Amino acid sequence: MTVTELVPYEEALAAFDPVMGLEVHVELGTKTKMFCGCATTPGAEPNSQTCPTCLGLPGSLPVVNEIGVESAIRIGLALRCEIAEWCRFARKNYFYPDMPKNFQTSQYDEPIAYDGHLDVQLEDGEVFRVGIERAHMEEDTGKSTHIGGAAGRIHGASHSLIDYNRAGIPLIEIVTKPIVGAGARAPEVARAYVAELRELIRSLGVSEARMELGQLRCDVNLSLRPHGRETFGTRSETKNVNSLRSVERAVRFEIQRHAGVLSDGGTVVQETRHFHEENGTTTSGRVKEEAEDYRYFPEPDLVPLAPAREWVEKLRAELPELPLARRNRLREEWGISAHEMQSALNAGAVDLIVATVEAGADAAAARKWWLGELARRANERGVELAGLPIAPAQVARVAALVAEGSLNDKLARQVIDGVLEGEGEPDEVVEKRGLRIVSDEGALGAAVDEAIAANQAVADKVRGGKVAAAGALVGAVMKATRGQADAARARELILERLGVSGG
Amino acid sequence: MPGITREEVAHLARLARLELTDEELDHFAGQLDDIIGAVARVSEVAAEDVPPTSHPLPLTNVMRADEVRPGLTAQQALSGAPAQEQQRFKVPQILGEE
Repeated sequence: MTVTELVPYEEALAAFDPVMGLEVHVELGTKTKMFCGCATTPGAEPNSQTCPTCLGLPGSLPVVNEIGVESAIRIGLALRCEIAEWCRFARKNYFYPDMPKNFQTSQYDEPIAYDGHLDVQLEDGEVFRVGIERAHMEEDTGKSTHIGGAAGRIHGASHSLIDYNRAGIPLIEIVTKPIVGAGARAPEVARAYVAELRELIRSLGVSEARMELGQLRCDVNLSLRPHGRETFGTRSETKNVNSLRSVERAVRFEIQRHAGVLSDGGTVVQETRHFHEENGTTTSGRVKEEAEDYRYFPEPDLVPLAPAREWVEKLRAELPELPLARRNRLREEWGISAHEMQSALNAGAVDLIVATVEAGADAAAARKWWLGELARRANERGVELAGLPIAPAQVARVAALVAEGSLNDKLARQVIDGVLEGEGEPDEVVEKRGLRIVSDEGALGAAVDEAIAANQAVADKVRGGKVAAAGALVGAVMKATRGQADAARARELILERLGVSGG
Repeated sequence: MPGITREEVAHLARLARLELTDEELDHFAGQLDDIIGAVARVSEVAAEDVPPTSHPLPLTNVMRADEVRPGLTAQQALSGAPAQEQQRFKVPQILGEE
């Protein structure tokens, strides 16, 4: 095996212009498979969700899932694609154990959606338009478990075990046009594209698009050409890059690797490559020429689709506000920067903040709680923000209690604690844990008197005009009341008692 | 004009993971060539006004509602499998030694 010297990234970009093509597979969240009525429940017993059709048994016939087609059209419309007036499915023939029919039912030269675009926003706010070549319908394969090899890898395995529950689950494959002109920002553009596409898919409600569950998977095609040259270089196709970070790393690595091959006077081999999560590298997979002889032909067991224009226009009219437009609107409403919005998006907090604001909190408070305390709690528990056992309405209630002065931030954090521990609604937690701010004159006055009595030296300093020293007395009051005192009121009382006018 | 060569038959056999002897290749290449020749006669009668079709009936948009229908139990699904393990279909080594 020859090892290619990687060229430093900046050097590679100085000599070459990267061209990318991204293929994303989205697993739809339909109740049933694409061509049969089998359930798609995740985590079911192996081979418990199959039928003669998805097992490819003789005599079985496929029938198209209406929601599968509808979802494909909605994705196409959201990507500003044309929707085919007439199109067919095709058989993609290949021989592999995870595909029991020995062909995948897909679409070939008649995709249901074609010629669109998706605008993606980079970290600094720049908008980059990615052209969409096509979006077509197909089906997923079964799941293989490789036995006898190291770490479950196919290499060195003695045999494999197949679960066909996933075989036949609807997939939409979305293919970009060649992405040119991204230059040094190519890795960032690739990541932003997949992130934006994921948001779009979620906003349509057609899939949860969780990459860690394989519901959204990305193949990265990359080639380099010398600056100024029109024709593209030979590309590599890095398969199954399954996190946003990996997409960025895979593009970066391949740019450096291709540059290494080319600067050495070598030629890039057209091949599929595997991405390695652990070190961000890629290694050679199968060489393309043989594998790519798929002998497509129109699927004779399925009749053509001719989506009625009225249906397409109805679906277009019902599209939700698209994610980028929505984020821009919210950014203005909340009065925050593009960067702050990006942080909220990266944290998975946008919808939670929206729901919290809808429940009555002001935007700043909602952002503060979700991106601060709650993000920290989610991190500690190793869950997504949305996975925390606290609802936006409960966060809004905590924010309201702070706004009306019943809680300070410290007490509010304890209320959140209680809610997360399952002690009930915020008001119940306040009640049960006795967390209301102490601001009634009697209790607070007594605490103030005690603090002064116990800290005479400090009190003298304050009497002598060192108003700043009052902070230590406020601290003592807070300590005595276990943080429940109204700090501002305590300070007023202290200064009053010591005969100093507020400062 | 149409037809299939012995090399093409060998290529298809490899794609289909079929191991054919030289005699079989000769035999099947001849047979397949005859079949393709017979089918090709369709295009002799199909003039410009007869568009190619992939279906005999002029149907479109046959779809079903997204509703679960009972399928097979795992035991039924695996009943025809030559080998099984852990309630999964057991298949021979996929990648040979390199």
